[in-house]
Order: sequence, then structure tokens, then C-alpha cells
Amino acid sequence: MCPAPSSDGHARAGHIGARVVVVGAGHAGVQVADALRTHGHRGCLTIVGDEPVLPYQRPPLSKEHLAPAEGVAALPLRAERHFAEHRITLLTGVTVTALDRRARTVALSDGGDVPYDALVLATGAVNRALTVPGADLTGIHALRTLSDADTLRTALLEAGSVLVVGAGFIGLEFAAAARRHAARVTVLEAAERPLARAVSAETASYLADAHRDAGTDLRCGEAVARFVGDNGRVRGAIGTTGAEYEADLVLVGIGVEPRVELALRAGLDVADGIVVDEHLRTADPAIYAVGDCANHPNSHAGARLRLESVQNASGQARHVASVILGARREYAELPWFWSHQGELRLQIAGVRLPGDDSVVLGDPATGRFSVCCLRGGRLVAVESVNRPADHMAARRLLAAGPVPAPENPHDPAFSLKRFAQELVPAP
Amino acid sequence: MPKVVFHHHGDTSTVVEADAGSNVMRAAVQNGVAGIVGECGGQAMCATCHVYVRESHLGALPPISEDEEEMLDCTAAPRDDRRSRLGCQLTLGEGLEEVEVDVPGAQL
Ligand SMILES: Cc1cc2nc3c(=O)[nH]c(=O)nc-3n(C[C@H](O)[C@H](O)[C@H](O)COP(=O)(O)OP(=O)(O)OC[C@H]3O[C@@H](n4cnc5c(N)ncnc54)[C@H](O)[C@@H]3O)c2cc1C
Ligand code: FES
Repeated sequence: MCPAPSSDGHARAGHIGARVVVVGAGHAGVQVADALRTHGHRGCLTIVGDEPVLPYQRPPLSKEHLAPAEGVAALPLRAERHFAEHRITLLTGVTVTALDRRARTVALSDGGDVPYDALVLATGAVNRALTVPGADLTGIHALRTLSDADTLRTALLEAGSVLVVGAGFIGLEFAAAARRHAARVTVLEAAERPLARAVSAETASYLADAHRDAGTDLRCGEAVARFVGDNGRVRGAIGTTGAEYEADLVLVGIGVEPRVELALRAGLDVADGIVVDEHLRTADPAIYAVGDCANHPNSHAGARLRLESVQNASGQARHVASVILGARREYAELPWFWSHQGELRLQIAGVRLPGDDSVVLGDPATGRFSVCCLRGGRLVAVESVNRPADHMAARRLLAAGPVPAPENPHDPAFSLKRFAQELVPAP
Repeated sequence: MPKVVFHHHGDTSTVVEADAGSNVMRAAVQNGVAGIVGECGGQAMCATCHVYVRESHLGALPPISEDEEEMLDCTAAPRDDRRSRLGCQLTLGEGLEEVEVDVPGAQL
């Protein structure tokens, strides 16, 4: 049980004895608890997660977890005994059903209540549903959880033709994984190019060609009008152009929606995510939000953002732990991201916004290149395909502060690594 | 079963067993070995699974791929030209039944 840590019943933020409740046992939630303990927090610490399994890493789910080889076990975020050793109460298979901000308690689906001095919402996101006729046929899947991935892996072993709806990161990673099962793979993308909002036109067109060369039938400017099936099982889809596609397995990957229900019902601001300030705090000083569910002011983008990445989840989690323990710094970690699509290794440092200019370093025809994204005379992001050295140089560079656009990026001798060393000498 | 010995600062060590086909990072994360993060889940993308392999095991290691090579230049703790590896790239099993590594002081 958890006694109130101070005589007035509410520990202030900054109190190492504060009672902390974390909603969501994903990348962000588990990291919050970890960082609190690492930095001296001693109070009661509870993580409530609705998935019925030990918290695990999501990125492998659309990659090696789908490989044909036998018996890929999920990669846990922490070993089971880690939680007990750090006196972290981990409740799995339990949902937080409501917040009582006045009483500072959360209600659990198993009937209990847990009191808090600080509450961290790390509820992640759910897949956006496709609402076309036939979308409820058997054989149409989404991919977010371990249980989704296990189901898909089994289905892939039998599938003859696979249809992927949406050429986002998950859709393309899944398409690459599905190809290894020797299935016919078609990807439909409503926009004119894949990853339209996430990467530059240069990187997008390279990725599109690479997937096509590897045997994926990638159709842009095509969305699903309806699915067709036999006896409740999907057999194919009709596109908005009228074309017909055969499929015995469909993956819908058309983006996610942040899980904001709890925050909404508790009267907190929600606008594409739970709205937090530069300390990742909501308008209620006892409640924070981090990870996929949080809409935060991002200093690198100069705009409010909701990011979906492991870096964002871990970085915000570490930051919120420090704020709960009394730090006053603003969250300012550089966003970075990776996606692994078959042989393609894409890494992104910084935040590219629509309208940014691009300069390509290296020759895409070699399968190794980077795209520098420039805005107002500054380097703001770098996308690297199979060039990890560029990515790491870009991370070091962009994390250190505003970076002027390089003067001679077209020079074949230009090296991002050297540019970084000149501007930000290694320690 | 393949075995990994993790040596920590101050002479403590952790011995863990792992399945063949697993790797040094996975073995550490699954067993809660302190000091190995594995933030990218083993994709050679984060360099938070950095280890220093003990001399006697260097001969048994798989070669360093180009990707690993470049990531090793970016580890939080200094790179050791001979001994630094990414734990996630050290697959256990045939050829690498046992390996001893030193855990660096920092991964982030
Ligand atoms: C298949 C896949 C592949 C990915 N690949 C990459 C990649 O290569 N690189 C990368 O950087 N990122 C990748 N991502 C994104 C990355 O995994 C997410 O950004 C990250 O998991 C976000 O962490 P989170 O803790 O905010 O949310 P989640 O990891 O989604 O965790 C939230 C948890 O909270 C639980 N929850 C929600 N509401 C409640 C409630 N009321 N009560 C109890 N529990 C609740 C949810 O069920 C979930 O378990 C991938 C994501 C997926 C799905
Ligand atoms: S786990 Fe990320 S590089 Fe090894």
C-alpha cells in the first residue's frame, strides 16, 4: 500500500517521495518509471497497462518479428524482475477507466483506485480504421500490438496475395516483410507518392522505386473503395480508380489516432493529442503526457507536433521524470527516427516540414545517399538511406543548436561528417 | 545453451544463458542486465547496446558490417578499436557459444 508521503496529503512535484501513476506500459510509460528510479525517486510508482503481456518493443513487430523463421520471441522492454527490483508496481491487463482530478486518483478496470501526486499519460495511439464497405471481412488486419503481429505472421505463412492499404512506414515495412514469404504484394497509396508528409520527394521516390524493383506492385493515387469477399472472408478490393485487386490478406496501415479518451473525459485540452506545454505538462499541474499521445511544442520544428517514434517516447519519458523530480528545463531533445524496409535502412534526424528545400548528398543510384532539408538558410533535417555515418553526424550537428546550411553541399568532396566536426568538435 | 558474461565496473559480473540465434543485446535486455539499453530493438540504429568484447573472444566474432562500423563511431562511451561491438550484431550459437564482454559506462 501507498501511504501519503507528506502531511498535507499531496506531495509537491519535485518530491522524491511523490506517488506517481503512469497510464500505459509502452516505450514511454516504462521509460518514465525507469528514469524516475534512476534519478532517486523513492515514492510509490505504478504503471498500468491494458495489454495482457510484459511490456515489449514495438519496432520489431513490422520487421523481424514477421520473418518466416520459426519462433521469434517478442523483445521485452525490460526483464520481468526489473520491475520488482525497482519497486515498480506493474499492472498488466488492467485499463485505467477514468481520472478523478479533484481526488487525484485513477480508476482501474479491476475495480480499484490508485492515488497519485503526479500522473503521466503515456497511452500511445490506435490505428485509424478504414470505413469502406467490407472493411469488417475476415482477413483484413491492422498492426500495432504483439498480438496483431503474431496473428499476421501466421496469416502470412498461408497467404498467396497480400494487399497493403497505405504506403506509410508500417505499410512499407510490412510489404517488405511480406515479400519474404514469397507472397504477391500490392500496396495502394491514396497520395501521389509514399510517405508524402514524412519524407522529402527525393527520398520518397527512391523508396518507391526500390520497393517496385524488389517486386512490390506499388500504386499511388489509388485508395480502396470497397472490399469484396466470400463467406465473410476477404477475396480482394476495388480501388477508387475502379481497378480490382486480388488479396487473401489485407493490412490496413493508414495512420494512427492518439489515445486521448481519458484526457478528454477529464476535461483536459486535446488537439491532435493531449496538449502539453514545454515541460510536457497539461493545464493540470499534476498531469503530464508523453509519447505518441502527446501534442507538444517542439523547439526544433518551431511548431506544435505529435511525433510517433521510439526516440520521442524515450526522450519525453526521461524528461518528464526529471520534471516530476523538480527540474525546470524545457524539453528540447532532437527528434530522430528510423525505418527498416527489407534492405533499406532509412534514418531521419531533425524535423522536415512541407516546403523545405532539399539537397541530395551522394548518388541515389548507388543505394546510399542522404537528403539535407533546408529552411530559411538553415539545415533542419537530414534523411539518410543506408548512410548511418551521415545520420549520426546530423544528429550531433542538429542537437547542438541552429545549423547554417552548408555552402558547398553539391561538391562531391563534401562530407557531412567533416562539416559536423568543424561546427561541433567532438568532445 | 550459449552463455554471455557481462562484466561491470567494480568487478561484478552477470552470467546469462540465451537461445542459439539470440544475440548479446537480447540476452542482456531479457535478463535485465544493467548498462545495455537496446533502444532500436537490434537494428544497428541506436548504438545503445555497445560492449567491449574481451580479448580471448575476439577471434570468434562475426565480421563488422559497414553499418555497424559507422554506428560504432558514434557510441556514448569511447570506441575501442579492437574490442568495441554492437551487442545486437553478435549472434549467439554456432561459432559463438560463449562470449565475455565489458559493459561501458554510458550508452546514451
Ligand atoms: C509496428 C510498429 C513499428 C514501428 N517501428 C518504428 C521504428 O522503426 N522506429 C521508430 O522510431 N518507431 C517505430 N514505431 C513507433 C513506436 O513504436 C512508437 O512511437 C512508440 O511505441 C510510442 O510509445 P508510447 O509509449 O507513446 O506508446 P505505445 O508504445 O503505444 O504504448 C502505449 C500503451 O498504453 C496502453 N494504454 C492506452 N490507454 C490505456 C489505458 N487507459 N489504460 C491502460 N493502458 C493503456 C496501450 O495499450 C499501449 O500498450 C513503430 C510502431 C509500430 C506499431
Ligand atoms: S540495439 Fe540499437 S544498435 Fe544494437
